[in-house]
Amino acid sequence: MGRITLQDVHKSFGPVDIIKGAALDVADGSFVAFVGPSGCGKTTLLRLIAGLEDVTSGRILIDGVDVTGVPPARRGLSMVFQSYALYPHMSVRGNIGFALKMAGLPKAEISRKVEAAAGTLNLTPFLDRKPRELSGGQRQRVAIGRAIVRHPKAFLFDEPLSNLDAALRVQMRLEISRLQRQLGTTAVYVTHDQVEAMTMADTIVVLNAGKIEQCGSPLALYTTPCNVFVAGFIGSPRMNFISGEAAGKYGAATIGVRPEHLRVARNGDGWPGVIMAAEHLGSDTLLYVNAGAAGTLTARSVGELQLGAGDRVSLAPESAHIHRFDEFGRALRV
Amino acid sequence: MARTAKTRHKVLMTAAAWLSGLLIFFPILWMLLTSFKTELRAVSTPPSFLLFHWTLENYASVLQRSAYLHYALNSVITAGGSTLIALLLGVPAAWSMAFSATARTRSILLWMLSTKMMPPVAVLVPIYLIYRDLGLLDSKAGLVLILCLGNLPLAIWMLFSYFKEIPKDILEAARVDGAGVGRELIHVLLPMALPGLASTSLLSLILAWNESFWTLNLSTSSAAPLTTFIASYSSPEGLFWAKLSAASTLAIAPILVLGWLSQRQLVRGLTFGAVK
Amino acid sequence: MSTRQTQAVARILLTPAVALLLIWMIVPLALTAYFSTLHYSLLDPVSERFIGTANFRYFLTDPAFLASLRNTLVLVGSVLGLTITLGIPLAHLLDQPVFGRSLVRLLVIAPFFVMPTVSALVWKNLLMNPVSGLFAWIATLFGAAPVDWFTSHALLAIVLIVSWQWLPFATLILLTALQSLDQEQKEAAEMDGAGPLSTFTHITLPHLARPITVVILIETIFLLTIFAEIFVTTGGGPGLETTNIAFLIYSQALIQFDVGSASAGGLVAVVIANVVAFFLLRIVGRNLEA
Repeated sequence: MGRITLQDVHKSFGPVDIIKGAALDVADGSFVAFVGPSGCGKTTLLRLIAGLEDVTSGRILIDGVDVTGVPPARRGLSMVFQSYALYPHMSVRGNIGFALKMAGLPKAEISRKVEAAAGTLNLTPFLDRKPRELSGGQRQRVAIGRAIVRHPKAFLFDEPLSNLDAALRVQMRLEISRLQRQLGTTAVYVTHDQVEAMTMADTIVVLNAGKIEQCGSPLALYTTPCNVFVAGFIGSPRMNFISGEAAGKYGAATIGVRPEHLRVARNGDGWPGVIMAAEHLGSDTLLYVNAGAAGTLTARSVGELQLGAGDRVSLAPESAHIHRFDEFGRALRV
Repeated sequence: MARTAKTRHKVLMTAAAWLSGLLIFFPILWMLLTSFKTELRAVSTPPSFLLFHWTLENYASVLQRSAYLHYALNSVITAGGSTLIALLLGVPAAWSMAFSATARTRSILLWMLSTKMMPPVAVLVPIYLIYRDLGLLDSKAGLVLILCLGNLPLAIWMLFSYFKEIPKDILEAARVDGAGVGRELIHVLLPMALPGLASTSLLSLILAWNESFWTLNLSTSSAAPLTTFIASYSSPEGLFWAKLSAASTLAIAPILVLGWLSQRQLVRGLTFGAVK
Repeated sequence: MSTRQTQAVARILLTPAVALLLIWMIVPLALTAYFSTLHYSLLDPVSERFIGTANFRYFLTDPAFLASLRNTLVLVGSVLGLTITLGIPLAHLLDQPVFGRSLVRLLVIAPFFVMPTVSALVWKNLLMNPVSGLFAWIATLFGAAPVDWFTSHALLAIVLIVSWQWLPFATLILLTALQSLDQEQKEAAEMDGAGPLSTFTHITLPHLARPITVVILIETIFLLTIFAEIFVTTGGGPGLETTNIAFLIYSQALIQFDVGSASAGGLVAVVIANVVAFFLLRIVGRNLEA
């Protein structure tokens, strides 16, 4: 019902290639997150799926039907914009019902559907207000209401939570996930926040400079990243990378160890170093260690460690969690 | 101490400002006062400022006996008509350039502005001859056409600048919601751009109403708007100052009001955005 | 978001306006150029014949043309001078927090909305008439002889009328520009010990340089073709005293019915206007990028 396929999609703006040969298969009902640094093309890819931009070459299929030349109005998708893009001169009711009005539905049915959607999102008391009279979170819910009321083939989200404060973001994250699972509609979700991606998505697509680096479940990306880029992008704090002699010992050009996989000891095996800064979060302790030849390493320990700047420590990697990469940054599998 | 110095400064500035304002406004005020005097009083010396017999006879005479309403109607039709057509042509053009800009959009926009900078007198001869041959001389249609052409660049420019302020993603949302270009325009763009549309219309109306080159040269009586009508008071036979004042007051009153309402848009429109 | 579909629609929507303006630009100007090469009098249309550049030579060497060129420059220059030198202090005044500021603003900008025919006639008759005008009466109060403006100082009279009409424009533009001047800059200057005059000279005036340029360019473009005020008051006279280029061309076309000469003059006017337009478009173009 909502299967999206991208076949060798290219997009250039003049001489600049934004998307270079993207191929993707989004299963019906799944939640797919597009992540990547700024300028990687994730929003462009979303807009290509929506039809707001034309592809330079390649095909886009929805449920097996080629929609490459079809205008956005007829693709049967709905989109939640980063700035919500609510119609300022219409009430909440008008905003949510606009698409239904465009589809020519009878007034009574529009009313019924709008009220149902509003009910799901706790917007019923606000139905007759204008967007400027609503808070950021309420506006966001109106934008979502506008998306769900049509029962589209898929939802497209363009960084919908980035304008909200931290607490609201966590709450909305849960709500969106819950809603998507409840409705069973395919969702494509663009975000630069990999925590959002990790927690909400069934599949994560990591983009870098217009290319899809890796596509897989959150856990797969975490445990088996296919290259240095993905390994460094997924996981916070960032994975530690060590090259040179230390890497050569493991038969690789570069090795990577996540901060949570470094054992901290006052003295012992591993790389010796001096703590430059220590962050005590109560639940965890983060140590930023100058480890000489091995570079600056970040280590993360559960619970409180009584260590501070200037202390000497040894950081030993857990052998099962050492990632090895060749000279091109590609992962070496055993 | 500083407080009284500041208040004194403010009082001084206020006095200076009011003095300048009244001086500048004075000719209009004088005209207004004259319109209520008898013709005899209007030309007598020393002039009276407030202590004279106020009469409405000039207004009555102008409205009833000089076909003033005919000319006023012509002004309304020519100014209104040219504004309407300028909007009908300008809104799509401005939409096109604001939301579907190409590499040539900027040049096209500048070129359009440049047509407004051409001195009208340069094409007086061909326009006059063409109008004569087509029977458009002294016709409302002819005036509407030429006034529209004069205001079109300004209208497009102003609409363009207002459209550009509309967040693009709201229009994209309308697209994704199933609206084609037409419905996007009607249901989303125009309601949002209403203030901009109003300002553009106001400015266009004012400029067309006051236009004094083509109206003077291309109309004589049947299609003559108020500009031409007032110009006829310049004939040397007899002094009809009071009536001139009454006619003038009636002619400028609506535009003064509209102008007061549109001050800010004036700056944006007439400087082509070069001053913000 | 411009996709192939929206671009196609956009092209269609843009066409009517562009086509109309294109025709408006090309056809009359082409005709003017054509006529300028003819000897064509509306009084004697049979004698129409091609005479090449003779019209231009005649027009440019005609003493009437030189007089009108001088008058145009004097007119434009004087109005510019008056409106800007008065406009700057007036704008500064209106920028201050004075009581009833919005009302004063209305008073100051009113002249711009008065139609030129009304302005001209009100000034000529009610104010400047040497017998019954207000200025004449004020002169007698001071024991001076009233000035017969349109006989002895006709061009000056026109300058005054036009300046009165355009002062609000200059003031409004400069006021807008002043209001965009960062308040903090002025406060920083105050902390640095600058008095009001220094602040004005070193901070305000430079900020106003650009808007003043815009005012000059725009006023010039419109002032080059002043017509109604002259038409309604002096008819170009006495003699050629108040004939500017626009009026000269008009009188050749519709009073002497010499189409050829008027067309040649028209092209000259276009050339002059183009020079000013070039500079104005440069500034506007730069603003478009922003």
